[in-house]
Amino acid sequence: MSAAASSDAPGNGWTGIAPVLLSAALFAWFLSLGPQVAAGETLRLAVPWVPSLGLELAFAIDGLALAFALMISGIGIAVMLHAHFYLRGDRHFGRFLLFMMSFMLSMLGLVLADDLILLFVFWELTTITSYLLIGYGHDSAKSRRSALQALFVTGAGGLAFLAGAILIGIATGSTSISELLAGDGLTDHALYLPILILVLAGAFTKSAQYPFHFWLPNAMAAPTPVSAFLHSATMVKAGVYLMARLHPALSGTDVWFWALTIAGAVTAVLASLLALRQTDLKQALAYTTLMALGTLTLLLGQSTGYAITAFATFLIVHALYKAALFLLVANIDHGTGTRDATLLGGLGRAMPFTALAAMLSALSMAGLPPFLGFIGKELMYAGVENAPTWPEFIGASLVLANALMVAVAAVVAFKPFWRPPGGPLPAEPHEAPWGMWAGPLVLAILATVLGIFPAVVQSLVVTPTVDSLLQDPAEAKELKLWAGVNLALILSGVTVGLGLLIYLLHQPLRRMIARIDEATFSLDGNWDRFLDGLIGLATWQTRVLQNGRLKSYMSITFLTLLVAMAAPMIVYGVWEIPTSLDAPNWIEAAIVLLILAGIALVILTSSRIAAIAGLGVVGVSVALVFIINGAPDVAITQLLVETLVVVLVAVAMLRLPFLTPERRPATDALLALGVGTVVTLTLFAVLAAPIDRRLTDFFELASYTEAYGRNIVNVILVDFRALDTFGEIAVVAVAALSAVALLRGVRGGGK
Amino acid sequence: MEPLIAIAIWALVSASVWLMLSGTMLRYLFGLILISNAANLVIFTSGRLTEGAPPLIPGSESAPLTVVANALPQALVLTAIVIGFGLFAFALVLIFRAWTELKTLEHDEMRLAEPREDGK
Amino acid sequence: MNSVILRVGTRFLVGLLLIFSIHMLLRGHNEPGGGFIGGLIGAIGFILYAIACGTEDARAALRTAPERIAMAGLGVALLAGVLAAFFGDPLFTGQWYFIGDQKSGDYIPISTVLVFDIGVYLVVFGSILSLVFALEEAI
Repeated sequence: MSAAASSDAPGNGWTGIAPVLLSAALFAWFLSLGPQVAAGETLRLAVPWVPSLGLELAFAIDGLALAFALMISGIGIAVMLHAHFYLRGDRHFGRFLLFMMSFMLSMLGLVLADDLILLFVFWELTTITSYLLIGYGHDSAKSRRSALQALFVTGAGGLAFLAGAILIGIATGSTSISELLAGDGLTDHALYLPILILVLAGAFTKSAQYPFHFWLPNAMAAPTPVSAFLHSATMVKAGVYLMARLHPALSGTDVWFWALTIAGAVTAVLASLLALRQTDLKQALAYTTLMALGTLTLLLGQSTGYAITAFATFLIVHALYKAALFLLVANIDHGTGTRDATLLGGLGRAMPFTALAAMLSALSMAGLPPFLGFIGKELMYAGVENAPTWPEFIGASLVLANALMVAVAAVVAFKPFWRPPGGPLPAEPHEAPWGMWAGPLVLAILATVLGIFPAVVQSLVVTPTVDSLLQDPAEAKELKLWAGVNLALILSGVTVGLGLLIYLLHQPLRRMIARIDEATFSLDGNWDRFLDGLIGLATWQTRVLQNGRLKSYMSITFLTLLVAMAAPMIVYGVWEIPTSLDAPNWIEAAIVLLILAGIALVILTSSRIAAIAGLGVVGVSVALVFIINGAPDVAITQLLVETLVVVLVAVAMLRLPFLTPERRPATDALLALGVGTVVTLTLFAVLAAPIDRRLTDFFELASYTEAYGRNIVNVILVDFRALDTFGEIAVVAVAALSAVALLRGVRGGGK
Repeated sequence: MEPLIAIAIWALVSASVWLMLSGTMLRYLFGLILISNAANLVIFTSGRLTEGAPPLIPGSESAPLTVVANALPQALVLTAIVIGFGLFAFALVLIFRAWTELKTLEHDEMRLAEPREDGK
Repeated sequence: MNSVILRVGTRFLVGLLLIFSIHMLLRGHNEPGGGFIGGLIGAIGFILYAIACGTEDARAALRTAPERIAMAGLGVALLAGVLAAFFGDPLFTGQWYFIGDQKSGDYIPISTVLVFDIGVYLVVFGSILSLVFALEEAI
């Protein structure tokens, strides 16, 4: 889907504009809620959903949720507008819009949800829409592989998060986020560690933290507006959102600090190194997104006022410049037919608006004054000074990652426009239509204006977010361009200097990183092997379990029965073997002997008639057991059914073949005797336990007085349990009709 | 007579499992009949045995005067017998149909839906 | 089995079995019997008829397809259950009406429970006959 449709293709009509208007309306609505939320209010809406499970469709808007909601709907405007032009005349544009809108609404649901289970549902919805969007170019094998990979990795993380959410529900008795945040937190709870591991597994996969980062660069197979929206500005931040959301309940422990700090720092540094390695502009941006996610995670680990203020600021900064840059890369692709950084150059004159927007965004990304990016970076460095542990490690990681950002910003947004091209371009460069640069330009200008007037961001987003995370708006630090000469400013200077140096050396560095990268183990490289192994395992276990042999199915079933019944008996020691027999009278003994004889006949004979006779003997003997034990109804039914069985078997047997003797393994006999023995032992255990006659007593007392019947068995069947009986006669009718249908095919089938 | 019945049940269950593990559908069917009987006896016996006292209320009374047999398992077993018959009849017809279509009762030879992987 | 004696004798026997089956059905509420047993006895009667005179004759004697009888029985049983709803009770609650003097014992009880048992009778009767007829015809 890389190539944008040519401009003479038919347009998308007005359908493409509707999502833009919807996003704008949502954005305006969220903006109007700003003052209320800034005043410290939390807006709530709850509708009962599954009352029996205590679940409700509960939504809450606080500072953090509003920051994300504004980001989603605001970036949405630019992305939707861009897509309308970028995918001009695309065959599946309607489908694309459906996926994009579904995603946007799911993502909004995710950040507004006030219940962990509800949050999980939206979480999975974003995973699925992301899958559909990455695989939008479904005719390419690479797209399908990437889509599936993203689905598996984030889906598996989603399940871990669900398990964590359920554990939180068990620990606190509620899955409501508001209640969780209002409580004392979970850090002292016995389940804290499992909860933390599961929640972080979900967050780290979704937000592509090392070593689960590999799916994100692959996800760039999606159309570029999708990458801009899902895989840089919004969806991948769901993991970050989750960590931020649960920050008040889970943070403050050493495990939290180290897990987030190390994962974040490793991801940030590694990703920025790999970003430098890429020659494809879009891939380079994908890795810088990883860097941003790592940085956000790192900041969340620290929990100081500075770190969280920096977190909130950088969240917005990154969304503004990264979405813009992705869209601008799409414009470069559109205008020249390539995204190769080694070829591109000299586009400044041909694409003036794109170049302007790119330059502003890149400066914000590089963190130069007076852009908002600068303020974000200053706050990060200020946070280093206040870091609780290991400030050197955090500081070094941040400086290195940010310096690499400067270099990558230059590679992406300076070199293609203002340096001579590295080779012939596939197409004569031309500017994209207005809809494709207007959005990014607005975002870029916002990054500038908000840098000069940071108070707007401060009051609308940053302070309420800090309030959500630290539950104290006073912890929010002031956003300002000039904070005096301090450590942060010095570090900023070092960063820019180092960044420029890296940019000058970026070509030899690129080759070196590439060599190291290729030599190291990666999960992506083993992904296909993993999938093949999974499919092989499934094939193998299907072959073993579903081998088409009735005998093995029966053996497994009976073996399971044997183990399931024997294990509790052995574990709990329920051995109730009657030691004293009541003197049995000769009638009873004779009946049982008859049963045994009938069984022996059925098993031993090869004659069909003898086998049927044996079955008849067993059936009639069982009827005799019923009749001497006071069950005339049952006995009559048994006798009649026995008659019918013999009739049916006799009729069908005329056409069925003779029985042949067969050799049977001894294990069959062992299994048979084993099942027989456990059933008998179970019966002994039942007989040894006291009987609960409450139901029987009720039926005996109520049979005549309430149901006017003297035959208690019949009264149970047709009155007390009539609904059950109705079900049973329905089964009889269905069995008969199915049998008739089966026979219809052979009617008159010749003799 | 519970221990005696238990012996019968032991023999019934063992024999039916043995038959149901056979390679021939017809023996499988015999096993099915026997295991139905066994199950009915287990339910019936679990409700305790009371000899010679059917759960009927005498004409002049409104409840049984003496101890009568447990009516609840009887009701369960009665329907179980009829349902068991339905199951048996369906299985018989299925086997009959399989025979007319496939000309074998050895279920290892019945490979219409799940052919052998080696193509035999 | 083309014996005249068997065929003539069977006609009487079938009649007797049918009457007996209805007797078993009707007395079932107070003495051993009921819809299941009655239906089985009735079905066995007609199976005897089918063996003696062939299924064609048996079908003719039955006048309607046994499948229909089974389905009608299911309908009757369901109706008996649903009737309770008209009296404001939960489904399948028995409804009773007594004609005559209940105290002296000289009365005829009418109940939905009996209707339900008739439904059971018809289902068992119809199901078994459809099965046996179909099996006989297939062979």
